[in-house]
Amino acid sequence: MNQAAQYIRRELAIRLVRAFDAGKLREEIDQIAVKMRPKNEPSSRCCVYHDRAVIKYRLMALLGYSTEDESDEAKMLASYLDDIIADVEQGKDPYAKLDHRMSPLSVCGPACSGCPDAKVVTTENCRGCFARPCMYNCPKKAVSIVGGRSVIDQSLCIKCGKCVTACPYHAIVKTSVPCEDACPVGAIKKNEFGVAQIDFAKCIFCGKCFNACPFGAVMERSQLMQILLAMKKGEKLVAMVAPAATKSFPGKIEQLLTACKKAGFAEVMEVALGAEKTTRHETAEFVERYERDPKTLMTTSCCPAWVNLVAKHLPDFIDKVSLTPSPMVYSREMMKEKNPTLKTVFIGPCVAKRSEARRKDVDFVLSFEELGAILAARNIDVMTCEAYPVERPAEATARNYSKSCGVTEAVIKEALSKIPDFKLNSKQINGIDKKQIAMIKMYLSGKIPTNFLEVMACPGGCENGPCSIG
Amino acid sequence: MEKVKVEICCGTACYLLGAVQLMRLEERLPEKLKDKVEFEAKGCLGLCNDDKLGGAPYVRFNGTEPMAGATPDKVVARIREILGMEEI
Repeated sequence: MNQAAQYIRRELAIRLVRAFDAGKLREEIDQIAVKMRPKNEPSSRCCVYHDRAVIKYRLMALLGYSTEDESDEAKMLASYLDDIIADVEQGKDPYAKLDHRMSPLSVCGPACSGCPDAKVVTTENCRGCFARPCMYNCPKKAVSIVGGRSVIDQSLCIKCGKCVTACPYHAIVKTSVPCEDACPVGAIKKNEFGVAQIDFAKCIFCGKCFNACPFGAVMERSQLMQILLAMKKGEKLVAMVAPAATKSFPGKIEQLLTACKKAGFAEVMEVALGAEKTTRHETAEFVERYERDPKTLMTTSCCPAWVNLVAKHLPDFIDKVSLTPSPMVYSREMMKEKNPTLKTVFIGPCVAKRSEARRKDVDFVLSFEELGAILAARNIDVMTCEAYPVERPAEATARNYSKSCGVTEAVIKEALSKIPDFKLNSKQINGIDKKQIAMIKMYLSGKIPTNFLEVMACPGGCENGPCSIG
Repeated sequence: MEKVKVEICCGTACYLLGAVQLMRLEERLPEKLKDKVEFEAKGCLGLCNDDKLGGAPYVRFNGTEPMAGATPDKVVARIREILGMEEI
């Protein structure tokens, strides 16, 4: 986890909201970078000027822009702000217009360090020993001893790392490109300029690169400004808070609901209420599939990065994904039934939800970090907030959706209440990475039998999502 | 000997900017210090303001002494100082 990048992201969001609330954002937005990195003070990169340049791009992303789409380098942030204000006034969706790819992620070129390609190399620590475990353990005969030192032939090396572990002097190291290592689907690669670039046709928006990059170069395109502007305009927004919030914020979820209300949301609800519906329908769907074919395999549909993974990389298995809508979608339905004019805002720890929200007509997505920034800027202290008087709290199993195995437990409990001798051969994928994708394929193809496969892109579940606080 | 009282500001700004890590410090405290410190998570201590946003997260020692930019390491070091303990 890149804490320095997290810190600056959150600090910028707080500053942005504070300036907005004070009515000074337009005059101050281009000065934020200078104020945060004054000359003669320590810098995080080579110099304060580089820091300032990257801060500008971070603010662009916070305003909702993709840094790749910058066409005029001289364009000031104030001018970007004007554009967004004009769009919101006219009821246009700036997000759609600005980006044909509609990606919630953006790589900031000037922040990317262009890490050298991953390779295994021998360092000066090599003693040119007699045993030569590097040479004898190499399955590709890529290691030879030249001039009393181990040398690796890069054209033969497959980067298996056997020599790295075999060397008693720790003389061989494997260098890596953290974003490429973290991406489970090979969607991020360096382009011809040596800068990381996301292939949006492959990207499942899991957000792994977002947290893996030690330079904080992967940025999330925020809808914060649109939400602030909509609130100011007097539009009625509903805060739909994901169950993962309990791990990201102090206090109980009811206290956070009060905090959201104080922050200016017209309505509040916990998404766990939508999760209850997901449980009912998903269980019914499973039982129906099971009755039709006892060998059936169904997999969960609530993790959007997982659904994206199947759709983009395992399309043959798309019919295995449950057709049951996610808790967010049910929550939206519930609020729209109550009042169709409400604008829905999903608040969670997830990057991929931004892509699901677009498909499912949820108006906005706010990350926990961004909600935290609004609360901090408006001096709302969750811990000291009263509990919100909810009609009823959501069921415990629904609130557990944010944890790995939570969905499976909810479905089993629900099924047992209907079918007393219900048995489920369930399997869980607790965090998607390259190795787990190989496991997933074993399950989906039936090589390892299971009939209910729960997949969570984040280890431990949503509560450890890329935009969670903790 | 009286315990060192460490109040961790859990106002939303401090919480967001690092107090979460400080709250886990209690479990990770070195064995020698365990029964000598008392942690308390507090609502906003009112120590941050616009200019010093970079100062969050804040903690307060023994009810009077604030520390800006608190990290687990800095907090432990200060606890040792207050207790008059040598560095390990």
